[in-house]
Amino acid sequence: MRQFLDFEKSVAELETKIGELRQVGRQDNGAGLDGLNIDDEMARLAEKADKQLRSLYSKLTPLQKVQVARHAQRPHALDYIESLMTDYTPLAGDRVFGDDQALIGGLARFRGQPVMVIGTERGSDTESRLRHNFGMARPEGYRKAQRLMRMAERFGLPILTFVDTAGAWPGIDAEARGQAEAIARAIDTCLQVKVPLIATVIGEGGSGGAIAIAAGDRVLMLEHAIYSVISPEAAASILWRDPKMSPTAAESLKLTAQDLKKLGLIDHIIDEPVGGAQRMPAEAINRVGEAIAAELATVQAIPKESLLSRRRERYLEMTRAAS
Amino acid sequence: MPRCPPPAEAHSFWWTGRHGTPTDDAPLLESKQNTMSWLTKHVRPKLRSLLQRDVPDNLWTNCESCSQMMLTKELTRKKKVCPHCGHHMRASAHERMQWTFDDGQYTTIELPTAPADPLHFRDSKRYTDRLKAARSKSSLDDSLLVAHGRIGGQNAVVAVMAFEFMAGTMGGALGEAFLAACQEAIRQKAPLVIFTASGGARMQEGVVSLMQMPRTTIGVEMLREAGLPYLVVLTNPTTGGVSASFAMLGDIHIAEPNALIAFAGPRVIRDTVREELPEGFQRSEYLKEHGMVDLIATRDELPSLLGRLIGMLTPAAGNKDATPEESPAS
Repeated sequence: MRQFLDFEKSVAELETKIGELRQVGRQDNGAGLDGLNIDDEMARLAEKADKQLRSLYSKLTPLQKVQVARHAQRPHALDYIESLMTDYTPLAGDRVFGDDQALIGGLARFRGQPVMVIGTERGSDTESRLRHNFGMARPEGYRKAQRLMRMAERFGLPILTFVDTAGAWPGIDAEARGQAEAIARAIDTCLQVKVPLIATVIGEGGSGGAIAIAAGDRVLMLEHAIYSVISPEAAASILWRDPKMSPTAAESLKLTAQDLKKLGLIDHIIDEPVGGAQRMPAEAINRVGEAIAAELATVQAIPKESLLSRRRERYLEMTRAAS
Repeated sequence: MPRCPPPAEAHSFWWTGRHGTPTDDAPLLESKQNTMSWLTKHVRPKLRSLLQRDVPDNLWTNCESCSQMMLTKELTRKKKVCPHCGHHMRASAHERMQWTFDDGQYTTIELPTAPADPLHFRDSKRYTDRLKAARSKSSLDDSLLVAHGRIGGQNAVVAVMAFEFMAGTMGGALGEAFLAACQEAIRQKAPLVIFTASGGARMQEGVVSLMQMPRTTIGVEMLREAGLPYLVVLTNPTTGGVSASFAMLGDIHIAEPNALIAFAGPRVIRDTVREELPEGFQRSEYLKEHGMVDLIATRDELPSLLGRLIGMLTPAAGNKDATPEESPAS
């Protein structure tokens, strides 16, 4: 069952009609209804729906992009890992306290090449969402990420990360175990590992919880993904003191992939299928795979001894370029 | 290099800005038992009207914690530590510099500029206007002040986050200033001491502010590679992106007593988990118990503690018992 966002209402209505027609068509074996050719009518409606979808998605407002980025039916980190990788072998635990299922990772082969893959996973139904804590990681998650990154470095494996999180888990337990230190150390590790690190923001790039696994050589974003220092809802209530100002906040925060590319903060935008990755997950995943393969090849061509200094330069130049 | 300006006299302790400010401080109590309250209520207004020119507004200060009233001058002499309850009040960046360096002598370093308003941000006010107001109020360029001088006779670079500047929030200018502080320490082969105080990321700079987390982390890595000590003094409050980057990457973490040190602020946590927060949660003592802070030091203890640590961590100075007389001239 496809879930529609509020701004997709017109498309939803058309698709419901198409569904009804299909039902009718099945009942009378395509014989037609009052001289109406059902197949033709369905094709006409489908074309209309497609046109509307195309038009809607060509001019999404930033807040609409936030909704798309959080869409429950968008492919999540595990979907990408399972489709793009073979031999995925999840590894668990920070060797200190526990295993955090909000931040998953392990060894895998990407197009035959062994890699370390790390991602924030939101889950796809109630049971898995709870298990993955809605993609909001705790310190043990960030410490597991550090451990896996260090291991990748030791064995010369490139690191591929998939970012999709509302942010780090703001809980008593997380604070007690040093959430701030865990994130700081994870960023530090990202910047220090002497192997290529390619980060892809596939949905929501939520603040510290995102940058903790995204401070790499290349940062890619899906067309309708977002990346922000704070959610537009929280910004509206803090800066405008009015939750109804979320659309303005989303606009002002410049959190879309297009804005961030313009600001020189990300490297590449991966086009999504019409109507967003949630409509054609397989196609979206495929495009992400292509983009990662291309970026990985470029980064792997960088001489090993200049990899870290180039990565540093990328961040050092950032603010200076963002004028 | 510019010399430090004279000590700032006029301070408002009741910081009422809006940017990610933790609202954890005890409310100003209108204490009925407070025997001095007649002074505030009746005598002070009369005095003020009689001697308007001679009596500054901030002659008296109430402690935020125990509500006791004391002479502001006396309080400044005591490094803004309440003589009654030991509460460490907020201090300006220049005050911290004076308290930290030998004889209060230091030279500030010129800081690079960063794009002032990368997002052209505007909420109820323009971000550029907020910056202007903060600059004229604090006479600082942004939320980090960097200086060098001597601590216990040894060269040191000190960076102080200015909470008085937009709640010490981290934007591009802070990132640039922090990197400049690291470079200055490397140039002088001196340790870097930073006093942190921050409401977190500066939201008006969006992801540009988030990117200061890796940028400042690179500064810490450069110090590490240069073999220089990096000491962090966590003051009230240190939260958000600042705590989750350079503030938690020190070789040694020292905290002022009872400072709020957190990634997510108490209000955010309460709203998310809808649980009562434990007593003393996210305070210095709690962080020490949980292994995130090495030492808790009062303002009186801090300069000698820093001097001692620097002496032991800096190879040149650590091999001998450095005294101000023996230390090499810069």
